[in-house]
Amino acid sequence: MQVKLRDPKYLMKLSKLGSFHQSKLSFLRSFLNEFKEWHYNRDLFQLNEDGHGIAVYSFTKNKRTYSLVCFANKIDDEERSDRVIATKWDAAFTLYDGIPSKNDLDRLANNVPKQEVGRLSYKELTLSRANKSIRLFNHVVENLSKGKQPDTNILSKVGYLYRTTAVYGSGKFGLADRFRIKNREEIRGPFRLEMMLVYLVRQFTFDQVNHIAKSKYPKTAVELDKKICRNLGIGNSTGLGMAPFIVNHPILLNNWIMARETALKKIREIENVSKTELSVFYNCLIKSLKNVSSWYTESDFQNNKIKGLANDLKIFIKFLKKDFALGEPYQFNRIYVWAEENLKDECIEYIVSMMMEPYDSIVSSLVDKMSADENESFNIPVNRTIEDLRNILEKNYSEILKIDFEKKESNKNFWFISKNKEEPRLADRYQDNGSDLEQPIAIARDIKKLYETIFVKKNSLKIGKFLIENNHLRHVVRRAFIIEKFPYSEIQDNTIGSNLVPIDMLRLKLSFFGAIKFDPRSDKWLRICMFQGAPLPLELKSFENNWIYNSLN
Amino acid sequence: MRSFSEIETTVKRATKAIGFSWGIAEEMGKNIRLLEMFGLPGLKNVNQYYRIYKISNFEDIKEISISNSPNTHYCPIVSGLNFFDQSSIISEFNELEISNLAFPLLFIPFVSRTSEIIGKRIFLKMDDKEFLFNFNQSIYSNYLSGEILEKSDKIKIQFLENKNSFNEEEWSEIYKLSENTFVEETDELKQKSAGAGLTDND
Repeated sequence: MQVKLRDPKYLMKLSKLGSFHQSKLSFLRSFLNEFKEWHYNRDLFQLNEDGHGIAVYSFTKNKRTYSLVCFANKIDDEERSDRVIATKWDAAFTLYDGIPSKNDLDRLANNVPKQEVGRLSYKELTLSRANKSIRLFNHVVENLSKGKQPDTNILSKVGYLYRTTAVYGSGKFGLADRFRIKNREEIRGPFRLEMMLVYLVRQFTFDQVNHIAKSKYPKTAVELDKKICRNLGIGNSTGLGMAPFIVNHPILLNNWIMARETALKKIREIENVSKTELSVFYNCLIKSLKNVSSWYTESDFQNNKIKGLANDLKIFIKFLKKDFALGEPYQFNRIYVWAEENLKDECIEYIVSMMMEPYDSIVSSLVDKMSADENESFNIPVNRTIEDLRNILEKNYSEILKIDFEKKESNKNFWFISKNKEEPRLADRYQDNGSDLEQPIAIARDIKKLYETIFVKKNSLKIGKFLIENNHLRHVVRRAFIIEKFPYSEIQDNTIGSNLVPIDMLRLKLSFFGAIKFDPRSDKWLRICMFQGAPLPLELKSFENNWIYNSLN
Repeated sequence: MRSFSEIETTVKRATKAIGFSWGIAEEMGKNIRLLEMFGLPGLKNVNQYYRIYKISNFEDIKEISISNSPNTHYCPIVSGLNFFDQSSIISEFNELEISNLAFPLLFIPFVSRTSEIIGKRIFLKMDDKEFLFNFNQSIYSNYLSGEILEKSDKIKIQFLENKNSFNEEEWSEIYKLSENTFVEETDELKQKSAGAGLTDND
């Protein structure tokens, strides 16, 4: 049986993309698999009794070493902010390429805590900062000091001791350009080094609470229980910065979605699903329910989605127990088709993620295909004709071409870059200033403009000639020829309309990172948790692949 | 040191800010990155060009021909872009000339990228400066001073045929030496070693 890949026009709607969940393809999971054989070490740990100072952690294999350099700082409570406009953080981090010398550490101490206003070099690969979840952090330190373990009920509501507020890579602020490292065998997958940084930061947070408790009350203090550590992740506060990323990296977006869709297609095409495979799927599903029931947020938008998901999962489990006939061919296809007919997007995509769990062989071959070189399709094929372009637009953007951009509500928003933080923002075109400096994120509107412009042009006209008078549409001509080769490269929705929910764009990217517990704090930013349930660095040599469902919460 | 990624992003934004479209801005971001990567002073030149862009009157070459002369000076960006976009047509000319091109270094990346697209080396002579473009893999040049080039009176561009830099005699010499790594085959070895069957058609 041949199953078709899901139609991009259906799949690439923002509401659908905003229902994606972590899966075996997610970067933090593939990162841990790929770094199993690396040697972990804590190379330096010089903190004072309040936990302020410097620490260095490393991963080494053969002659390659990556070192996380941590700077823990004293800041006042009123200075602590997760917003990108903050200028001080509880801790700042960089991932150094190799083993840093004393001179490097001195240089980094002067720059890393300053983040965007500091300067990094080609020897640094990623940069980040994080703030304590202060209530939780203090609770843990207080209890450890008294020789007690913290209350896991309190921990479970948050799930982490620190949350990062930005993780930078790829040449930002002087960091190494991607071309310097892209051919390294160990970092073929996307965001490997960002994942490494976050993972090692998690270990730093445990070491720091243990150190403070021990320094303050050396006689009574105990260390944080390993089981509790495993159950804590690292939080992340994410704003609109991520949203334009998926528009500006169309081939990367395609490759992520294509990997997911190819996995789904291959799994649906399996004729004989073994009992073991089905039981891995079922066990992961049942274990994962804890992640849904402990998914805490104050957002009505997300609570409705969680409620809908929990309800649909109940219906689905009932179906599996009562109505699902075992032993028939193409069992996962039947599950998928039933889910499509009976459940909402949030649960359908949850089940799609679960379906990958039994299939290491299918998933691992796709992990390597999730990177992209955007330069490869940058050049516009200027010898093609207007007829080609028109066919591409009609075939790939038919949903977008239906949007009426004469209507005010279709143009309500505009994306811009803020002057003080150089970060993307969203504003109301009819109320706020700055729409003349709009970023090229309104792809749907501009594609429609292109379609209307070429409508009256001769079929045989070459694209090169067309562009002589129409360079204002060059950015979307380029995209049209990209989507021809990469069908999942484009969001099939209006990114400036009044119905836009920007966190759908963030959620898509974060699901591929492997984030859980999406907690929208508004329609423009959210908090998430990463690595909750993950093995600790010294346990990497042997751990359960489905660790993400082992969370106690 | 600024990373190439920072250079690309910042030049893209600056190009939009000066009045070009986002599509052209994307091209310029890549182009200045390319120049800097090849060790040529792209950022310096683009800065100076944008300083005077709005107060000067530059012309665009729209349809590139064998000989191109403006009334004032050509804009290197739009002219370069049109050169690139018309690459398949103009590569059929063996050579062409462009007079009075402003900030000619900004034209260079378009030529380098064209070399890759058409699969031919391109030789460019800009007054006394020479550039050889090798399929966008490298640029060989006698221009090493890194100064700002405000204009070029005459640019000559030659599309080079795909041919080797050596003659047959030189090839034979090196080939003969390489043969010293081969093993002389006996009749028996011929039968046993090739992996073919007893007849060619079995």
